[in-house]
Amino acid sequence: MNVNQSIPPVPPFGQPQPVYPGYHQSSYSGQSGSTAPAIPYGAYNGPVPGYQQTPPQGISRAPPSSGAPPASTAQAACGQVAYGQFGQGDVQNGPSSAVQMQRLPGSQPFGSTLAPVGSQPAVLQPYGPPPTSAQVTAQLAGMQISSAVVPAPPSSGLGYGPPTSLASASGSFPNSGLYGSYPQGQASPVSQAQGHPGIQTPQRSAPSQASSFTPPASGGPRLPSMTGPLLPGQGFGGPSVSQPNHVSSPPPQALPPGTQMTGPLGPPPPMHSLQQPGYQPQQNGSFGSARGPQPNYGSPYPAAPTFGSQPGPPQPLPPKRLDPDAIPSPIQVIEDDRNNRGTEPFVTGVRGQVPPLVTTNFLVKDQGNASPRYIRCTSYNIPCTSDMAKQAQVPLAAVIKPLATLPPDEASPYVVDHGESGPLRCNRCKAYMCPFMQFIEGGRRFQCCFCSCINDVPPQYFQHLDHTGKRVDAYDRPELSLGSYEFLATVDYCKVREGKWLLSFPSPFFFPSPPAFIFMIDVSYNAIRTGLVRLLCEELKSLLDFLPREGGAEESAIRVGFVTYNKVLHFYNVKSSLAQPQMMVVSDVADMFVPLLDGFLVNVNESRAVITSLLDQIPEMFADTRETETVFVPVIQAGMEALKAAECAGKLFLFHTSLPIAEAPGKLKNRDDRKLINTDKEKTLFQPQTGAYQTLAKECVAQGCCIDLFLFPNQYVDVATLSVVPQLTGGSVYKYACFQVENDQERFLSDLRRDVQKVVGFDAVMRVRTSTGIRAVDFFGAFYMSNTTDVELAGLDGDKTVTVEFKHDDRLNEESGALLQCALLYTSCAGQRRLRIHNLALNCCTQLADLYRNCETDTLINYMAKFAYRGVLNSPVKAVRDTLITQCAQILACYRKNCASPSSAGQLILPECMKLLPVYLNCVLKSDVLQPGAEVTTDDRAYVRQLVTSMDVAETNVFFYPRLLPLTKSPIESTTEPTAVRASEERLSNGDIYLLENGLNLFLWVGASVQQGVVQSLFSVSSFSQITSGLSVLPVLDNPLSKKVRGLIDSLRAQRSRYMKLIVVKQEDKLEMLFKHFLVEDKSLSGGASYVDFLCHMHKEIRQLLS
Amino acid sequence: MATYLEFIQQNEERDGVRFSWNVWPSSRLEATRMVVPLACLFTPLKERPDLPPVQYEPVLCSRPTCKAVLNPLCQVDYRAKLWACNFCFQRNQFPPAYGGISEVNQPAELMPQFSTIEYMIQRGAQSPLIFLYVVDTCLEEDDLQALKESLQMSLSLLPPDALVGLITFGRMVQVHELSCEGISKSYVFRGTKDLTAKQIQDMLGLTKPAMPMQQARPAQPQEHPFVSSRFLQPVHKIDMNLTDLLGELQRDPWPVTQGKRPLRSTGVALSIAVGLLEGTFPNTGARIMLFTGGPPTQGPGMVVGDELKIPIRSWHDIEKDNARFMKKATKHYEMLANRTAANGHCIDIYACALDQTGLLEMKCCANLTGGYMVMGDSFNTSLFKQTFQRIFTKDFNGDFRMAFGATLDVKTSRELKIAGAIGPCVSLNVKGPCVSENELGVGGTSQWKICGLDLTSTLGIYFEVVNQHNAPIPQGGRGAIQFVTHYQHSSTQRRIRVTTIARNWADAQTQLRHIEAAFDQEAAAVLMARLGVFRAESEEGPDVLRWLDRQLIRLCQKFGQYNKEDPASFRLSDSFSLYPQFMFHLRRSPFLQVFNNSPDESSYYRHHFARQDLTQSLIMIQPILYSYSFHGPPEPVLLDSSSILADRILLMDTFFQIVIYLGETIAQWRKAGYQDMPEYENFKHLLQAPLDDAQEILQARFPMPRYINTEHGGSQARFLLSKVNPSQTHNNLYAWGQETGAPILTDDVSLQVFMDHLKKLAVSSAC
Repeated sequence: MNVNQSIPPVPPFGQPQPVYPGYHQSSYSGQSGSTAPAIPYGAYNGPVPGYQQTPPQGISRAPPSSGAPPASTAQAACGQVAYGQFGQGDVQNGPSSAVQMQRLPGSQPFGSTLAPVGSQPAVLQPYGPPPTSAQVTAQLAGMQISSAVVPAPPSSGLGYGPPTSLASASGSFPNSGLYGSYPQGQASPVSQAQGHPGIQTPQRSAPSQASSFTPPASGGPRLPSMTGPLLPGQGFGGPSVSQPNHVSSPPPQALPPGTQMTGPLGPPPPMHSLQQPGYQPQQNGSFGSARGPQPNYGSPYPAAPTFGSQPGPPQPLPPKRLDPDAIPSPIQVIEDDRNNRGTEPFVTGVRGQVPPLVTTNFLVKDQGNASPRYIRCTSYNIPCTSDMAKQAQVPLAAVIKPLATLPPDEASPYVVDHGESGPLRCNRCKAYMCPFMQFIEGGRRFQCCFCSCINDVPPQYFQHLDHTGKRVDAYDRPELSLGSYEFLATVDYCKVREGKWLLSFPSPFFFPSPPAFIFMIDVSYNAIRTGLVRLLCEELKSLLDFLPREGGAEESAIRVGFVTYNKVLHFYNVKSSLAQPQMMVVSDVADMFVPLLDGFLVNVNESRAVITSLLDQIPEMFADTRETETVFVPVIQAGMEALKAAECAGKLFLFHTSLPIAEAPGKLKNRDDRKLINTDKEKTLFQPQTGAYQTLAKECVAQGCCIDLFLFPNQYVDVATLSVVPQLTGGSVYKYACFQVENDQERFLSDLRRDVQKVVGFDAVMRVRTSTGIRAVDFFGAFYMSNTTDVELAGLDGDKTVTVEFKHDDRLNEESGALLQCALLYTSCAGQRRLRIHNLALNCCTQLADLYRNCETDTLINYMAKFAYRGVLNSPVKAVRDTLITQCAQILACYRKNCASPSSAGQLILPECMKLLPVYLNCVLKSDVLQPGAEVTTDDRAYVRQLVTSMDVAETNVFFYPRLLPLTKSPIESTTEPTAVRASEERLSNGDIYLLENGLNLFLWVGASVQQGVVQSLFSVSSFSQITSGLSVLPVLDNPLSKKVRGLIDSLRAQRSRYMKLIVVKQEDKLEMLFKHFLVEDKSLSGGASYVDFLCHMHKEIRQLLS
Repeated sequence: MATYLEFIQQNEERDGVRFSWNVWPSSRLEATRMVVPLACLFTPLKERPDLPPVQYEPVLCSRPTCKAVLNPLCQVDYRAKLWACNFCFQRNQFPPAYGGISEVNQPAELMPQFSTIEYMIQRGAQSPLIFLYVVDTCLEEDDLQALKESLQMSLSLLPPDALVGLITFGRMVQVHELSCEGISKSYVFRGTKDLTAKQIQDMLGLTKPAMPMQQARPAQPQEHPFVSSRFLQPVHKIDMNLTDLLGELQRDPWPVTQGKRPLRSTGVALSIAVGLLEGTFPNTGARIMLFTGGPPTQGPGMVVGDELKIPIRSWHDIEKDNARFMKKATKHYEMLANRTAANGHCIDIYACALDQTGLLEMKCCANLTGGYMVMGDSFNTSLFKQTFQRIFTKDFNGDFRMAFGATLDVKTSRELKIAGAIGPCVSLNVKGPCVSENELGVGGTSQWKICGLDLTSTLGIYFEVVNQHNAPIPQGGRGAIQFVTHYQHSSTQRRIRVTTIARNWADAQTQLRHIEAAFDQEAAAVLMARLGVFRAESEEGPDVLRWLDRQLIRLCQKFGQYNKEDPASFRLSDSFSLYPQFMFHLRRSPFLQVFNNSPDESSYYRHHFARQDLTQSLIMIQPILYSYSFHGPPEPVLLDSSSILADRILLMDTFFQIVIYLGETIAQWRKAGYQDMPEYENFKHLLQAPLDDAQEILQARFPMPRYINTEHGGSQARFLLSKVNPSQTHNNLYAWGQETGAPILTDDVSLQVFMDHLKKLAVSSAC
C-alpha cells in the first residue's frame, strides 16, 4: 500500500496529492512519520501548513516533546474556543474539574463535555463513600451515568475521570498520573497525544484534556441528579433518574440544583414518561439549559425556563447536574481515550486487552495477537457459558479486516514460507501454526490450541524447547511469535483446473495467473451527455500507471481490458502489435460470451499506444449516440467470462448510468414505490428484483471476479438489485446521483483513483477458527458463502471488513481463554497465492462484570448496525428497530441487575464501556435505512445499506455519529484540529462556522452572524448573504483562515476511504434541512428521537425489564 | 440444315437449347414408349453477342394464365393490329407503340432469326451488386495468407460501385463494419447458437429505425441504406480500408489443443450472412462467398465434432447410418439455402482443405441458389487462385459473366406439360395449366428461380406429352415452348430473355424413323444422366444404376434392330450408336459411383454436373482422350486402356482433371534428357504440345481443373487408369507385354463386356 499509494500517486495528480498522502498522515498520523511516509509528508505539508504540528508529527512519535509546545497552544486555543465563555484557566485544573464543571453547566453547551466531568467528580466525591475499593470498580461505576455507580470509584474527585480512562489503561495509578500531569501541563500530555496523532488528534486532544476529567464529571453530576429525582420523582422518577442525567437537559437550569437526586428527579421523570408531556418539555428543557448558556439559542427555547423551575429542586450540584451535557457525550469519551491511550503503543502480548478506541491514534506492537486494526471484538472477555452469554445479551462478535492497511510505521505481516509441504497445520481442525500452539514432548509434538489434538512436528520443523517449554526459535519464526503473518500457499491451495488437467497437466491445481482489471464503461446517451465518458477515458490514461503492485515490483502484474456498452457490448482488442484498437460488438446479450482471447487483457506498458488511442476514440465514437437503453447482467457476465477464459481472477470496474431496461437477462423495471415505506412490504425495496443477479454473483465468486460498481443515476436505478453482485463479490458500490462533471468530477476521480490503486486480494476464502466452546455462526459483509464456514470473497481490499458473530456450543475455560484464528487464503495482486493468518486470544469470564468491563461499544454498534441492516431484507423495519431497542435494553438491564451496585430503580446506570451505547444506537435507529426521511430515495437507502455492510468500526462510528468541528473557535494560528462538538443544533453558534463529516458527506455550515471578515477570508465575498448556498469548493485564498479550513477539509477527506464532497450550507437556508439531518442528537424530521428522548425511552425499557 | 446434327447445333447456338428428341411423338403413350423423355437442356444466358439491344418491354399475351411473350411463331394480323398467342390462341391487340407495324416493318421479336431475344428493362431502381465474403480464419498461416491476397486482389476486379461486406469466422463469427475510421469495428456472434434473421438484424442494429422512432421521424427511408451500409460498402469507398482489414486478419486466436479440430462456426456464419442480406437487400443480386478450410465443428450445421480421433463421415458411415450430424446439418443448410433463394441471393462455397469440409451437407447452398462450388486442397494453390479470379472475368462488353436473381418461366403449347427441371434452381411453385402432375426433377411448377447463373448455367427441363392417342395432331403440327428468363444483368440492369422454339409432331407409329433420326443422343445422355444423378441424391446407388440399365435396355429394345434372342444381330442406328457408351461411362463416373470418392467429392462432382452445359457435361460423363505421337498430329483416341501405349503422350480431360500421361518410352526418353538435345527438338515439341493444349483448356475452364502431369508408372497415373475402359485387366492378361496398351487392375467390366451383356438383354424377350 504505502509504496503504491503514497509515492507514485503524488506526481500524477496535482491536487489529489494532498488526498493520498493526507490519507496516511491523517489516519496514522504520528506513526507514519517514522518511516517511509516521510516523503508523502513532505508533499503534504506544503498544502497543509495551516495545520498545527503536522510537521512534527511526521517526524515520529518521539516528538511528543516537540508536540508538546504546539499542543499547549492548541489546548489553549481549544480551551478558548471551547470554553471561551468559561474561561480558559479552568482547563488546566485537572483536578479542579469541579470548577470547570460548574462553569460549564452554567454557561456553555460546548463546555458541556468538560462540565460534566467536573461535575461528576464533584458529585462523586461527595458520594465518595461508595465502596470504591478497586479502581476497576471505579471504572465500572464511573461509566454509568447514574450517580450510584459513580460513587464507588470516585475515591477522589479526580478519580472519576481517571476511571474511565483507566479502564483502558488498566492501572489506577495511571489515573493519578494523568491527572497529575494535567495540572502541571495538561497541555503536555494532551499535546503529546495530539501531536502524534496528527491532525485529527489535535481536535480531540484539546477537548480531551478537558474531557478526561469530564467523563467522571458527567457521571457524577448525573448520578446525583438521577437518584434524587427518581425517588422523589413522579412515577417516572425512578427511571427518569438515570435519564435525568442524560435528560439532565431539563435540569440544566434548575437541575444544577437538582444535584440532589431526589429533588431533581422530579423533573427528569417526565423524560421517562416520555409519553406525554414529558417529552417535548424534556427536550426543550435540555436544550434550553444548553441554550441558556448560549445567548443565541436561549431565545428560541422559551420552554426551557419552565423546566428550569422543575429542576429547581436539585441544589447540591447546582452548577453541574441536570445539565444537558450531563448525558454521556461521545465527544468526551473519544477525547478521553485519545488522551489516555494515544500516547503509548498498544502492545498485543496480553490476552484479552481492550484496545484503544478507533478514534484514537495509537501504535500497535504485535506480540502475539492480531492488531486491532485487523480484528476488533465486541468484548474481550467472553462469558464461559452460553447461559451467561444469553443473560447478558451482549453479542459476541469480531469485526475483521483481514487486509487492513497499516500505518507506515507498523510492519506489514511477514511472509513465511514452509516450503513444499505447505504451512504447518493441526491435523484435526486444520488450524494453522500460531503462537498459541503448545509444543510438548521436547518439541516433537504440538498440541493444537483450538481443538487440543496432538500432532507430530515434522522433522524439518523440529526445534528444541527451552526451560519454559517454548521453542528456542520462537522469536525467529513469525508464526510462533506474532499475531499476524502470512504463509506462502502451495499449489494445493489453488484452484482446481477445470477438466483439462486430466490430459496434459500433472496436477489438478494450478497457480493463478496475475489478476486482471477490466474497465466496463456505459456509453449510452446519459453517460455521454454528462461528460462522464470523456472524463473517465481521460483519467484512465494516466491512472493505468498506478495499478497496484506487489512489494517492490517495477510494474504491476495486473493486465487490463476495456469494454464499453449500452444495450450491446463492445470489446476492444488492444494487442500491442495492432496499430489501432479493434472493436468487437457483441449483441447477443441473452447469451453473453467473450469474443476474443488474445489482445483483450494486456499489459499496460506494452500496449500503451493502443490503449491511449482507444481511450481517445471512445468518447468520439459514441459522441452522437442516441441509445438510451442499457444492459447490466450481460456486462458482468462478459467480464467474468473474460477472466475465465484468461484463467485468472480480477476485478471489473463498471461505470453505469441507468436502470437496465434493455431486453436482456437481468432486465429491471422501475419498482420504486414510496408507499411501501413502513409497511410489511418495505423489505422488498431492499431485495433484488430478480434472482439473476445472485446467480451471476455466484458464478463471479467461483471465478474470483470482483465487481466495483460506479453508478451515475439521474433517477431510480434500483441500487438494491444492482449492488447485489458487487456485494456478493466483495466489491464496492459508488453512487453519484445526478452526476455533472463540473460538480462531481473531483469526487468521482478521487474515488476512482483510490479504488483502482488500492491493494486487493483476489479469489479469497476466509475461515475463522475458534477454541472449542464457541464457534463462528454468522457473518456480515460483502462476500458470498456457499457453506456455513467459508467466507468466499472474489475480491477483498483493505477497506472491507467482515463481521463475525460467535455463539457458544460448549463451555469455555477461564484458564485457556478463547482463541480466534482468522485464515485468509487469497491471490495477491501479483498472482501469488497466500494465506494471511490473524490470531487473537480473548479472556473468558465467569462474572458478568468482567464482560461488561471489557466491551467495546463502537464494535458493538458496528455489529448491531450490520445485523439490523441485514434484518431489513427479511423483516419489517419496525420489527428490526424494536429488536435493536430490546437487545440494547436487555444488555443494559442485565448490567444493572448483575453488576451495578444496588441503587434506586429510578437510576439509569450504564456500564462505563457502554455508556455511549444508547446514543449510538439511537443514531443507528434514526439512520436512513431504518427510518427514512421524506427526501431519502429508495436508492439511497439501499446504497447506504450495502455500504454499511462492509464498514469497519471507525467508519461506522463516524457514519452514525458525525463529527462536527467548529472552525472559528480556536485562534487561527492554532495548528491542532479543533475539538469536535456534539452533533446537535444547540451546539451551533450562529457566529461560527462548522464542518460536519460522516465519512460520506462533508458540510460547511455558516452561521448567520458570522463576522464579515471571516466570510471575506473564506469565501471571498463581502457578506453572508452573498455566499452561494450549496457551494462545493472553497475559493483558494491566501489567508490563514482559508488555508486552515481548506487544509482541514483535505485532511478530513484523506482520512476517509471515499471522497467527501463539500457542501456549503448557510444557516436558515433551504439546504440546512439536509445538514440538520446529520445532527443526530436532535430529534429528526423523519421522527427519529432525540438523544435525550431516546435515553429516557431506553431507561423505561430497562426498568420494565428489571421489574 | 442438311442434317439433324447441323440443325441441332444451329439451334443450340441460337437458342441455347438441346432437345433429346427433335421431332416429338404426338401422343402420350408413344412418348412414354420412347424411354428417353422429351426434355431439353436449356442455357438461359447462352452467350449471344449478336443479339440486338431491345430497349423496350416485351408484349405479353393478355390472358392472365398465359402471358406468353410475342414471338416469331405468333400469327399476326397486320391490318387489325392483332396477334394471336401461339400457346393459348388468345387474340391480342398490339399496344399503341406498335401502331406502325406492317409486314415490312416488323419489330425484332417477330423476326424468325430472333427466336431468342433479350429485352432490357429500364424501369425499377437499379441496385448495385453485392459481394459478401464469409471467410474462415481457422486456416494454416500460409493458407490464410494466400486467401487474404486473393480476396484483396478480388477487390480490384469488382465493379467500383459494387457493395462488399466481410464476415469472418472461427470459433466466433465476426461481421465487420467497414465504414469506420480509426478503430476497426466488428459485431461478434457466438458460433454455437442459431439465430433467426430477426435476431441477427436486431443484433446488428439493422432494425433500429423500425417502430419506436417512426412516428417521431418520418424521414426514415433515407436512413435505411445508411444503416446497412455499415456492413456493405461500395468498393471504391472502402477498398483501402478493406484491404487493410483483410491484411490484418489473424488466424482464429482461440487455442486448439492437441487432438482437436479448430472450432469452426460455418453454420452460424452462413446464417448470419444470409440474415444480413435478407434484412438489407432482399431481391437484389448478391453473392455470399464462403471460403472455408475445414469442416464446421460446432453449432448448427456442424458436420463433425472437434475430436480428431473421430473422423469425418464417409460413405461407409452414411450407409451405416453412422453419420451423427449429417441430417441435422443438412437440414440447417437446406433451410439457409431456401431462405437465400427466396431472397434472390446466391451462395458460393470455396472449400480448400485436404480433408473433407462438409460439402455434402452444404451442397444445397450452392445447388439451390446457383452459387459456385469450388473444392481444392489449399487456398495456396493456383487451382483456387485462378478459379477465384475467373469468377470475375468479363465478357466482350466488359460485364461480368454472371447474372442474378433470375426466374425462368416456361410456357408450352397445349399438347405438352412441364414435368420438372434439374439444375441450380428452386421451384417457385407456380401451378398452371401447363404443369404436369408427374414430376421429373424439381417439378410441380412452371417457374423456377435461379439466383445465380452464368453464361453456361444449364438446366435440364423435362416435359410430358399429354396429347391423347385418340386425338391426333394434324399433320405438320408443331409444338412450341417458350422460355422467359427475367434476370438481373451484372450491369445491374433487369433483363428479360425470351426463347421460343417449335418442333414438329410426328406419329410414332408411322413416322418412327423420323423421330429416331431426330434423336439427340448427346443431349439425351446428359438429360438421362441428370435424372440419374438427381435420383442418386435421394436413392441408393445400386437402385439408380439398375434404373439406368433398365432404361438403356428398353431404349435398345425400342430402337435397336435385331432378331429376337440373337445378340449378334443387334444393331443401333447412327443416332443411337454412342448412347450405350455414354451410359457405360456414366455408370462408372463419380456422379453415380461413390466408391473411391468421399461424400464431399461426390457432392462436388454432382454439383457441377447439374449446372454445366452439354459439352462440358459430356466431358464429365466420358472424358476426352487425345494422343500425341510422332506418327501424326494429335488425335482423339478411344477412352480405352488400349490407347495407353509406350510411345504416346496422352492428354485426358475429365473436366475436373487434366491429365498428361507420358507413355513408358516417352518417359524414358525424357528422363534421358533427349528433349534438351538440339537434334531431338521434335521430341521437345512433342512434349510441349500436350502442355500447350492443356493450358488452353485450363484457361477456359471453370472451375480450374486439377492439372496432373504424370507418366507411365507414376502414382498420379491412377487418374487416367480409373477412367479408361478396362479392356485389358489382370483378368485377361493375354496381352501382357504386347503393344496393345496397359492392363488395368480392376474387376470392373469393360465396355465390350457391357455391350455384350446389353445386347443379350435387349434381344431377349424376357424383359
